[in-house]
Formats: sequence, C-alpha cells, structure tokens
Amino acid sequence: MEGDGGSEIKQWCLSQVKGAIDDDVTEADIISAVEFNHSGELLATGDRGGRIVIFQQEQESKTLAHSRGEYNVYSTFQSHEPEFDYLKSLEIEEKINKIRWLPQKNAAHFLLSTNDKTIKLWKISERDKRPEGYNLKEEDGRYKDPTSVTTLRVPVFQPMDLMVEASPRRVYANAHTYHINSISVNSDNETYLSADDLRINLWHLDFTDRSFNIVDIKPTNMEELTEVITASEFHPLQCNTFVYGSSKGSVRLCDMRAAALCDQHSKLFEEPEDPSARSFFSEIISSVSDVKFSHSGRYMMTRDYLTIKIWDLNMESQPVETYQVHEYLRSKLCSLYENDCIFDKFECCWSHDDSEVMTGSYNNFFRMFGRDGQAGVTLEASWESSSPRCPLRPWRVCAGSRRKEDEIGVDCLDFSRKILHTSWHPQDGIIAMATVNNLYIFQEKLN
Amino acid sequence: SAGSCHSVSSSGMAGADGDDSLYPIAVLIDELRNEDVQLRLNSIKKLSTIALALGVERTRTELLPFLTDTIYDEDEVLLALAEQLGNFTMLVGGPEYVHCLLPPLESLATVEETVVRDKAVESLRKISHEHSPVDLEVHFEPLVKRLASGDWFTSRTSACGLFSVCYPRVSSTVKAEIRQHFRNLCSDDTPMVRRAAASKLGEFAKVLELEYVKSDIISLFTALASDEQDSVRLLAVEACVSIATLLPQEDLETLVMPTLRQAAEDKSWRVRYMVADKFSELQKAVGPEITKNDLVPAFQNLLKDCEAEVRAAAANKVKEFCENLPEDSRETIIMTHILPCVKELVSDTNQHVKSALASVIMGLSTILGKDNTIEHLLPLFLAQLKDECPEVRLNIISNLDCVNEVIGIRQLSQSLLPAIVELAEDAKWRVRLAIIEYMPLLAGQLGVEFFDEKLNSLCMAWLVDHVYAIREAATCNLTKLVEKFGAEWAQNTIVPKVLGMANDPNYLHRMTTLFCINALSEACGQEITTKHMLPVVLKMSNDQVANVRFNVAKSLQKIGPVLDSNCLQTEVKPVLEKLAADQDIDVKYFAQEAIRGRDYDDDDLEAPDITLYSL
Repeated sequence: MEGDGGSEIKQWCLSQVKGAIDDDVTEADIISAVEFNHSGELLATGDRGGRIVIFQQEQESKTLAHSRGEYNVYSTFQSHEPEFDYLKSLEIEEKINKIRWLPQKNAAHFLLSTNDKTIKLWKISERDKRPEGYNLKEEDGRYKDPTSVTTLRVPVFQPMDLMVEASPRRVYANAHTYHINSISVNSDNETYLSADDLRINLWHLDFTDRSFNIVDIKPTNMEELTEVITASEFHPLQCNTFVYGSSKGSVRLCDMRAAALCDQHSKLFEEPEDPSARSFFSEIISSVSDVKFSHSGRYMMTRDYLTIKIWDLNMESQPVETYQVHEYLRSKLCSLYENDCIFDKFECCWSHDDSEVMTGSYNNFFRMFGRDGQAGVTLEASWESSSPRCPLRPWRVCAGSRRKEDEIGVDCLDFSRKILHTSWHPQDGIIAMATVNNLYIFQEKLN
Repeated sequence: SAGSCHSVSSSGMAGADGDDSLYPIAVLIDELRNEDVQLRLNSIKKLSTIALALGVERTRTELLPFLTDTIYDEDEVLLALAEQLGNFTMLVGGPEYVHCLLPPLESLATVEETVVRDKAVESLRKISHEHSPVDLEVHFEPLVKRLASGDWFTSRTSACGLFSVCYPRVSSTVKAEIRQHFRNLCSDDTPMVRRAAASKLGEFAKVLELEYVKSDIISLFTALASDEQDSVRLLAVEACVSIATLLPQEDLETLVMPTLRQAAEDKSWRVRYMVADKFSELQKAVGPEITKNDLVPAFQNLLKDCEAEVRAAAANKVKEFCENLPEDSRETIIMTHILPCVKELVSDTNQHVKSALASVIMGLSTILGKDNTIEHLLPLFLAQLKDECPEVRLNIISNLDCVNEVIGIRQLSQSLLPAIVELAEDAKWRVRLAIIEYMPLLAGQLGVEFFDEKLNSLCMAWLVDHVYAIREAATCNLTKLVEKFGAEWAQNTIVPKVLGMANDPNYLHRMTTLFCINALSEACGQEITTKHMLPVVLKMSNDQVANVRFNVAKSLQKIGPVLDSNCLQTEVKPVLEKLAADQDIDVKYFAQEAIRGRDYDDDDLEAPDITLYSL
C-alpha cells in the first residue's frame, strides 16, 4: 500500500492528451497554469492567451473497475485580455500566471485567476432550465398585436440542454506594482493572498477596493535590492500562517497573529551553503521556484532549479529530505544560463496522501519521488511513445555515450520541451501536467 | 385553472378584459426575463404591481414558482427580489398563505453572494413574525432545519440567523431541536459557518431561557472563543457583551470572565484588537466591580500591546473607559493606572496610535478637573501639539473646546499659540491647508478678542501664500469668519487689509483681492460692498494685466446680486461695457458674459464672436 515503505512500485499510464498535436504552436496556446479543484472533479488550465479551459471528470466510469473517469471540456472562457498601462507605458500581458480554486460553497464552482497585475474571481455554474412564455411576443421574438393580449401570462421554467456559464464576479486590480507570481486562498475561506516580487497583499474575497499589505521587502533605495519574493502560499489548516520563498533560496514563515505587518518572519528555513560548491550560478539555481505545503500541513516542499527539498515545519536549519531532480544538468549550467533555461520556474506538487512528490524537467520528462528516500523515477509525457493503459517506461539520463534502450544522453535532451506546470488530483492517483500547448493526464495503474 | 382566475384584486389595477390596463403589466412581466439587467431590475422592483394584477392565487401558483427558479440572475436583481419578498405577505393572500414565500427565499438564502443571502435572511426573519405558531412549526422551522443541515455552507450560514426568530414561538420539543442544530453549527467543519454561528450567538442567547444560557450558550461561547481560527475567536468577543448582559452579576466571574481574560491576552492581535474595540461595551456589560478588578489591568495591557493596531484601538477608548469608571474610584484609577500608560502613548513610535490618542485625550480634562488638567494633562497636550505628525496636532487642535471649558482660554493660549503658528507656517502646503480648515472652529472656541490679537495676522498671511490652494482656502476661511463674527468686525479688521492688496505689485495678490470680494460680498452685505468694495473693483478695471481685468468682469457679475439696481446701471454697467470693448479677447468674453448674466438692456453690444472659441 501507499506510504507503506514503497515496497510496491507504482506504475503510471497515459490517460489523455489534450490540445492540438502539431509542431506549429502559437504563443497564445502555451499552457501557463494547471490546477485540480478540491474534489478533483474539475481540472483547470490557463494559457498565455488569457483563456481558461476547465475539464470535468466523467462520473459514470468512476464505478468501473480499473478505470477512472476521463476529463472532458466543461467550460472555456477568456479570463484576461491584453491591456496597456498608459501611465507607465507598459503592456500588460493576458497570460494566466496562476489559477486557484475556492473551496466549494454551493452548487457553483469558483476560481481565482491572475495575470501579472489583476486577479479575477470567476463563477462557473450550470443552468438546465430556461424561462418560456411572453405576453407581447412569440418565443421566436416576433411581436404580437398588443390588443390581442387578454390575459396575463407568467413565464415558466422549462428544462433545456445543460449550459455551463463562466461569469466574472470580482476584479481585484491596482494593488500590485510588480508582477504577481502567486495567489493562495486562506483556510478561513474568506481571504486570500497575492504576492508580487516585493510585496504580499491580503484580500477579503468580498472586497475589491481594498487589500492589506502584509509583507513589503522593498528597500528604500532600489539599488540595495538583493532578494525578491518568488512564491507564496497559505498553510492548508492554520489560517494565520503563510510562507514565502525568495530568489536567495530561503523560505520565511510568517504568523499573522503576531503583527499586522509581517515583515518580521517567525521562522526562516534556509540550508547553509556549501562553500566548496559555490559558483557564479549558486544563487540563481537556489532561487525557490515553487513552495507547497503538504496536505497534512506538517511539511513544506520547495523546488529550486536542481532539487526538491522537503522541510519539516518544526526544523528550520535544514530540509528533512532532498531529491535531485536533474543533477546531471549541473555541468551544463553555463549553456542553460545562455539560453535562459536556468530561469525556468518549475512547479512541484504533493500526492493526495503526501507519500510522493512530483515535479517537471526538460525533454518532457517529469520526476516522481516516493517519500521513502528512493531515487525516484523519470517518466516522459509523450503521446508517441506511450499507449493507453500501458505503464510508462522509466528513463535514465546518462552522461556517457554507451546507451541502453531506456537511456538517453544529456546532450540529446530537448530543452525547449519542458514541464513547468503540474497538478496532482487531491484524492486520487491522477496527475496532470502541461507540455507547451498540450495537457497530459496520467493515471496510476490500478491492480 | 390558472387562466381562469386572472381577475384582479380589489384595487383594480387592471380590468379582466381591458387590454389597455393589461398592457403595462404584460410589459413588466415580459421584462422579468429581458436581456438588459436594468429592465429586469426595474420589473423586480415593481413586483408588487405584477402580483396585484395577477391576484393572490396566480401569484402563489405561477409567479412564486417562477421566482424560485430565477436564482441564476445577477446579484443586484436577486438582492432586489430578496427584499421585495419580505413585504409580500398581503400579495399572496395574507398571513394564512405567508409560507408560500418560503421556497423562493430559501433558494435565495443559498446563493454565494453574502449581501443577497443576508437580505434573504432578513426577509425570512421579517415574515417569520407573520406565521401563526402552527405554520411556524409546520413550514418555517423545517426550512430552518433544511438550511442548517444543507450540503453547502452558504445555506448553513443563513440558518444561523433564523434560530432566534423561531425559538420563542415553538414548542419545547422543537426548541430542543433548534438548540441542537445551533450546537452543531457552532462546531461545523467550515470556518464560515462557525463565524456565522459566533456572530449570532449573542442574539440567540437573548431568546433562550436562562438555564440554557448557562448550560448551552456558555459552553458554545467558550468553545468558539478558543476556536483554532482567530477569525472565529474574535467574533466570540462580541457575543461576550450580550451574554454578560444576560447573566446575573454573581455568575459573570465563573462563566464569562475566564474567557474574556483569555481573549484579552490572545496570541492573535486581531482578537486583542476586537477586545480593545469593544472595551466600552464590555465594561458596561460586566459592571463596576469586575471593571475595577479585571478590566483596568486588561486595559493597561492593551494600551501597552506590542501591535500598534491594538494600541490605537485601545487609545481610542481612553476617554470612554475613564468616563464609565465607577465614580468613587474614578480619579484614583485614572491617575494611578491609566495616565502612566497614556503618557507613554504620547511618545509612541506609531503615528496612528498617537493620532488616535490625540482625538480623545482632551476629553480627560473634564473628568479630571482644572488642577489635574494643568498639572498632568497640559504637558501631554503640549507634547502632542509639537508632534512631528500633523494629524496628531490637528486632532488636538480640533478638540480644544473641552479643555477651554475646564482651564480657560488664557492658560491654554500661551501654550497653544506657538504650535498653531508652527503648523500655519509648515513647509508642507497640505498641513497649512488642514490648519486653515480648523480656523473657523478655533475662532469660535477662542473668541473674537483672542482671534484678533493672535490669529488674524496668520489668516491674512495665507492670502499671499505662494500656493493657490492655500490662497483659495484662506479666502473661503475669511467668509466663514465673517459669518461667525459679523459684518462690522469684517469692516474693521479684514476688509481694509483685503482691499489694501489691490495695490500690490504682484498681480496674483491683486487677484486675491477680487477673489476675497467675491466670497465676502454676500456675508458683508450691501452697504460694505457698495461703499468699500465696489470702488476698488471698478478701479481695478484699468489694471494693466488682462487676467485681473477679466476677473474684474467676473467679480462684477458675482457681486451684482448684492448691489442695488441704480448702482448697477450707473456704475457697473459702464465699466462692463468698457471691458466688453477691451482689446483682450478673454476680458471681452467675460465682460459680455457678465452683461448677459445680469440682463442689462444692451442692444448696442456686438454679438459674441463665435470664432474666439476655436482659437
């Protein structure tokens, strides 16, 4: 069983590929966010064109053994449009940076989406009835002779084909000078945070005209700037606790109970630097690209360029686990710097039971690590080399030239194909990830 | 069957066969589903008209089912609908049928938008009183139970607001069920629901029998007050006030105080803030003895809290807290316990704290009397008057009247004046602007004599400030002073100075004269305006600066209503006519405007040159 010391090796099968399978990809179609909702029934993706596509898991086949429901398009809508800030002469891209679902509060679903500057709250709701019956016109819109109206008619709701509507409910704008990199909903169900490079703001979901600044690391003199905020998240259970990661590789935990402005962190998670390994790239590769609390709230995972680190919230001095994602790239940092890949921001995610973690890599590879300290597997998101219901074949990346069938040389890796955005079904063995313009969904093989 | 009973109610809004009278109603009904939100909203707001035309039976059988299904609509439409339904009892056939309104309100009570839900709950509370005791148990109470055990937390939060209206009117069995439901919601998984329950705890306690307050409510209160989420705990503080009011004094110590003490020392500043914010209410609710023993030290701690927000909230309550202290020990408590903390707050590091204190600290003087004020408070006022933050100084100045009553103006003025002068000459024009706005108030508080002696020159100096906003405010200030001190005072003190500026070499100052005249003429009245101001304005029509000349034209238009018609014809008109022939196009334009505005008979004037505008 899961969490049982990893005696059983899990196998993953390709379930679905979404998006056009075509070499000619338009910029707008590149997926920039992937997120399951809290039940896993819905899966949202955002792209650089500002669109959000929501997939819904089929209910029927859930009962069938050895197969989980497939995800089908449920709703597609334009969340953000390109804008222009005339005061600063800046173009504001429509690219969706993050999507976060709100815990479900009624039959409708709600999500927050953000681009660089503006956060929006969307309601996704179903409608299966529509009113019928007019007094002064026919159903097709032709007007009746008003003198023919001798009795009043009250419209009646009649069943119709299911329609899914996405409607914008709130727009939270004008609170960020820098680019928003994270949004996170609080467990109190009424507030959320939004973080940009230098500040973190706290919003009440019901109010768009005010937010509270809870962290501000902007130095008085911008020339003294040495560190920026790269990711931030609320604790899943404690409404007063949040963390933010920085470009220097540290993570600060703040307690909102202690003070209104959380400039003073209550915990600082930082691994002492190994002076012997210091290089020009040390700081760049230690930058935290994602931070995620475990579902239990006990642990926190950070992703930097080469590793995943798991921290126990009770121990600040060093991570309790470290996983090498693609250590073989350490010798290639120079060329990765030149082609800007070194600045890629990889996300990471926890399995539903916190027993495994996953993150992306290059060449459409993704890495899965069991928490038992094993080396982890490298799998590939590829529709060409996998067939449905067949377990994915693990890859090995090696430096040498002698190759076995399941090996690939570092020099053969394709750095333009990378998996940055990943999400794990909150209750089940289903994972979703974006490769350029395709969404891949994999399922754990059921025995 | 529905078709046959459209005959309309007795008010006769529409006849059974009169097409003309049906037409407007037909439009309203059709617009209930118009694509334009504004039209839908309009129809919903006239729902009573529609219902009246349909009659009670069709309203019940057709209109309400339709409305029950319209919960997809925009918030503003739903909000209006929720409100309308609260006043719909007569339209569905009176109290006998009031339960027909429950289904649409029930669906509105589950929508995600808080304002809509709250309005639906408000309407449900309203119509609950129109239910007979039987209907309440048969129809209303089951609805409350359905909401309370709903799948979504929106319905459970709505249920919290409905318990207190049905509880007093149901049987003891149902009462027990309601208490159980409330208990469940207080320990709901969702913090939203626990917050809703916590915020209604006090209200629910008020309708409960005392024995259940002691058994049920206290344990719920204690549990909510130690909830893991501080957003829940802070709401328990509010409930504390109502609960403490309900309990006999001898029970407070054991049932309420442990929780209150804990809240005042909560780890979360937001909870402590709530305690500080509700301190006066808490003080009244627990009575003098507990105040002396418990609240005084708690208040001291809040005034010394490590979070500035908490200190500011507590500082805001200093005066009220002191006022409400038991008379026998008031002075001792203030002098020995409160004043030392207040002294520290005067030099707090946070300006919001100092500013909050400055807005109430003056009120202590009436409580402490003359001697204590002079000895202990005056140094604090003075310190705050010299504070680096202008808001602090302004808060002190705007509350001078209460100190004035206690120690007299002479005493105060010696210390006050330097601070005011300093603010009046502050390098930041916004600070100067703020103090100008307090001048009329100060003038009223300090009296004309003191004003003439000390402040008049300041007010005149602002007229020649280099920032326009200040000159403008100074002009406005003069008007208010004249309204306070009267026309005679104006003639003797400010009018000569204002008119003197007409000869200033700086044209901006000359214009200020005109602006002042514009503002003052009405307050000063006809005599002063005609005798003293008008000659100066007329003379200025020869100014070499065009801006001054066209402002003369504007001034003449402005002060026209104060002058008599003879004066207008003989003195004003010729000057305006001269200006209307000025070589400067703006002067020309405004002179013509003034002439047209006053309706002089002016056939000899050329028509305004339209091309001017296109230049």
